[in-house]
Amino acid sequence: MTPTEPVAYLDHAASTPMRPEAVEAMLPFLAGHHGNPSGSHAAARVARRAVDDARDAVAALLGAAPGEVVFTSGGTEADVTALSGVAAASADRPGAPPAPVVVGAIEHAAVRDTARALGAAGHPLHVLPVDRRGRVDPAALSGALTGAATGGTGAAPAVVSIALANNEVGTIQPLDDLAEVLVRVAPDAVLHTDAVQAAAWLDVATLAAPAALVSASAHKLGGPKGVGALVVRAGTPFAPLLHGGGQERGRRSGTPNVAGIVAFGAAAAIAVAERDERAVRVAALRDRLADGLLTALVARAPGTVETVVHPGEGRAHVLPGHLHLCIPGAAAEEVLFLLDTAGVAASAASSCSSGAAKPSAVLAGLGVPDALASGSLRLTLGWSTTDAEVDHALAVVADAVARAVTPIEVEPAR
Amino acid sequence: MRVLVAMSGGVDSAVAAARLVRAGHDVVGATLKLWGGESDSGCCSVADVDDARRVADRLGVDHHTFAYSDEFDRHVVGPYVDAHRRGVTPNPCVECNRHLKFGALLERADRLGFDTVATGHHARIVAGPDGVRRVARGADVAKDQSYVLAGLTSERLDRVRFPIGDSPKDDVRREAAALGLRVAAKADSQDVCFITRADGRARFLARRLPLTAGVVVDGGGRPVGRVPAVETVTIGQRRGLGLAGGAEPRYVVATDPATATVTVGTEADLRVARQPLADLGWAAGPVDGPLDWQVSAHGAVRRGAWDGGAVAWERPERRVAPGQVVVAYSGDVVVGWGTAAPVQDVRTDQAIEPHPLGA
Repeated sequence: MTPTEPVAYLDHAASTPMRPEAVEAMLPFLAGHHGNPSGSHAAARVARRAVDDARDAVAALLGAAPGEVVFTSGGTEADVTALSGVAAASADRPGAPPAPVVVGAIEHAAVRDTARALGAAGHPLHVLPVDRRGRVDPAALSGALTGAATGGTGAAPAVVSIALANNEVGTIQPLDDLAEVLVRVAPDAVLHTDAVQAAAWLDVATLAAPAALVSASAHKLGGPKGVGALVVRAGTPFAPLLHGGGQERGRRSGTPNVAGIVAFGAAAAIAVAERDERAVRVAALRDRLADGLLTALVARAPGTVETVVHPGEGRAHVLPGHLHLCIPGAAAEEVLFLLDTAGVAASAASSCSSGAAKPSAVLAGLGVPDALASGSLRLTLGWSTTDAEVDHALAVVADAVARAVTPIEVEPAR
Repeated sequence: MRVLVAMSGGVDSAVAAARLVRAGHDVVGATLKLWGGESDSGCCSVADVDDARRVADRLGVDHHTFAYSDEFDRHVVGPYVDAHRRGVTPNPCVECNRHLKFGALLERADRLGFDTVATGHHARIVAGPDGVRRVARGADVAKDQSYVLAGLTSERLDRVRFPIGDSPKDDVRREAAALGLRVAAKADSQDVCFITRADGRARFLARRLPLTAGVVVDGGGRPVGRVPAVETVTIGQRRGLGLAGGAEPRYVVATDPATATVTVGTEADLRVARQPLADLGWAAGPVDGPLDWQVSAHGAVRRGAWDGGAVAWERPERRVAPGQVVVAYSGDVVVGWGTAAPVQDVRTDQAIEPHPLGA
């Protein structure tokens, strides 16, 4: 039997522990303040004020005006709302061809599959290749937008979605370079960025400034699951996905998740306040883990490589908490099983498909061969990661990996 | 003992896991995700994975899902389609057991540090005085699955457990109900888990290979009917052949997809004195004298003896479709395992080379 709780929790990109301050902030709204913020009485006002305080904190995190922040049920809803919202707004132009949709090859499934669905619904779809570090080539974006613009006059502006940082391998996109292309080639194009992974680590307020829409999720930065936010900057063509009571200024109907939003606000405030100190500390832990593991694995699982990090190039282009390995000859399911047994919580790729592992579309987008991709291992550190957890991982991971790649005696075929 | 239980989401493997837990073993459940397509039940649908996981939760054991759909495609679905293309009978459950449950999973269990793999099959494992382990029939004869497990070697059987093999199905269901397991009354799975009843075999195959309309001829080569797809016609079949009614019943005695020909004959033509085999292996050396032979997953047994080139029946028996697995029993115990060869290819002058039983 495996331990109930791992000794080393290294799956922070899947979900990071809640900040105690965030837990504390939400409790009064689970038991006590039960008002619906849309009401007009005193109980409603308590809830309303708390949601607006949280909105200020999330706006500061994401670099938006509070009125531009739309609370959602999470990162996926924010992504889907962004792409569908802009695409739907373009459909309001009678007679105009559908807006082109342009996405990177290693986007999160929420973006990738929404883009695919929009493609199936008639929007011209462009998928941009990435380089070996996982970064979108500005020239490819330029080419796609130039091609898209030939749809004729009156064509709706393109919606472009590129994540600020990738969820699986951790690559940080140089969004500024891409935004420059937009200004030059397609000034009307609407840029969305998924900052779900970036929000805990990077100065999103600055880095995502060129984007008209920005997605974030509470539970990736110390808030609870089930709450997220989408920045919709003033003037962005946008139609809501959820219709109803007109909450969130009509951009997302439905009674807001007050307790979750309050906790999101508390977590966002902490994330901003100690971000730089934490990024430096966690990157050092990650580097120690990465360097130690690679040294051990070179001997025990020859051919192991650190994904998107190439020798001598450093890790500046990767999120501070991310370490992604590809281990030839290992089945990711077996590595994870053995790590679980040894008290290490990790993942193979993203955590989105519960149950059986599927080949990673992100690794395919990066051009990683199947033989390597099937042995993928993602170890992600976070705000609560300790030296002891890294020590434990260093003590057991190489062994577990080696067992998963050790060939066993197979009975001869007849 | 550390045991990995293959949990399909059905009642048999649920009770198998429960018994191992009660016996004090260190149990982990695993559901194999084999088939990405449509399925009525069996091993593949998300609901079945959920059932398996909830049963494991109830038993207090960890549960994992292992993706084996590539291997399933390669070792089961691909050969199933290819067998139809060649006009021979596929054995998908046999192949799945050999390559997946007691192949890839057994190897994985080794790497993950398990002592044994257990499943909910209705079968038993018995060791002879020679120390050789053999598959034997489950206690519930109606549910017995020894036929689809016959090819497992003694070495593999050493690392396998069938915890419910000694129980009638009714007892298994009662036990599941007494334990409060949600799958206690769940319907049994289908034979071919990757083909839905609504879709059917012909449509499944039609999407994967070109089906050939064929002519039906009698023993003299005269055309007497037509079939829409010669690949889906089976030896012994008597319906769907486009034959005129009224005459003595006629049965398929041979099919040849290469020439798109189906040959029919009378019941007497269908019967043969000797059934040739393409291969045959013995659990522990050849067994002389009459044995019980089972030629389909749930069919009755026939009496016959291996004569070095074919099974010589005690009385003429219907011919076995080429490719079909043929299992020899001594009493309840599997002693041999082979594959039927086409009857017209009988070479009575020459004994075939026996293969070691198993993989």
